[in-house]
Amino acid sequence: MSIDWLRFTPWPSFAGGLLIGLGACVLILFVGRIAGISGVLGGLLRPISAEIGWRIAFLGGLLVAPILYRVVTTLPDVEIEAGWPVLVAAGLLVGIGTRYGAGCTSGHGVCGLSRLSPRSLAAVCCFMAAGFTTVFVTRHVLGL
Amino acid sequence: MTLIFSCAAGLIFGIGLIVSGMADPAKVLGFLDIAGRWDPSLALVMGGAILVGLGGFTLARRRTRSLLGLPMMLPLGRSPDRRLVLGSVLFGIGWGLAGICPGPALVLMGAGIAKGWIFGAAMIAGMGIFEVLES
Repeated sequence: MSIDWLRFTPWPSFAGGLLIGLGACVLILFVGRIAGISGVLGGLLRPISAEIGWRIAFLGGLLVAPILYRVVTTLPDVEIEAGWPVLVAAGLLVGIGTRYGAGCTSGHGVCGLSRLSPRSLAAVCCFMAAGFTTVFVTRHVLGL
Repeated sequence: MTLIFSCAAGLIFGIGLIVSGMADPAKVLGFLDIAGRWDPSLALVMGGAILVGLGGFTLARRRTRSLLGLPMMLPLGRSPDRRLVLGSVLFGIGWGLAGICPGPALVLMGAGIAKGWIFGAAMIAGMGIFEVLES
């Protein structure tokens, strides 16, 4: 392992992390709901009328964030290496997997670990291990 | 009020994803590539988020109602099971293939990035497949 010091951004990443935590706190303390993106989104596919409004408002905030960000300053460049067949396969896996696993990086990672939930810790270990393994296989075994 | 606070929460969360670098799939893959040139930034994203989250969720656990008077919907303390493990592994494989998880997918869609929409559409389809299999 060697650390990529050129791409390492400790302060913006830490500051962004604080904002992510703050967003999750606002949702739980004011609305009483967990900011787990896959759960908030997936819950709209089998809608319960009283639960639709806050879900759409929260997801709307996420969608509007880059638009508002662009009003104030330029959006940082993003790079998506995957071609569309890989994106489709990855999207399907993420959609099915997060619903079976009842959470993703936000629900289990941010909220679950903040709640010190053993169940979320198990989920985080599983998806991190699978993520590390997948990148190892695609980059260093298959050489894609 | 519920809608305003929900939207504000999403907005703060989304801006956090952009500032932190989580919304850049190449950066996420740089973090997941521990055998290559490793970019540890995202460990700090999680660290920062959990630091704030620990405070908020400690307060939340002491309450039965939210500050707006809504029921506090904290998950029940169930133990991990096979579904949780299998689902999380599938999610991790997808995450490792594209470098995108659900929150950043929505931010990329909001930014109007075509590949973000392809991923997002497939992700929502995947969630739909789950609903069909479960019903």
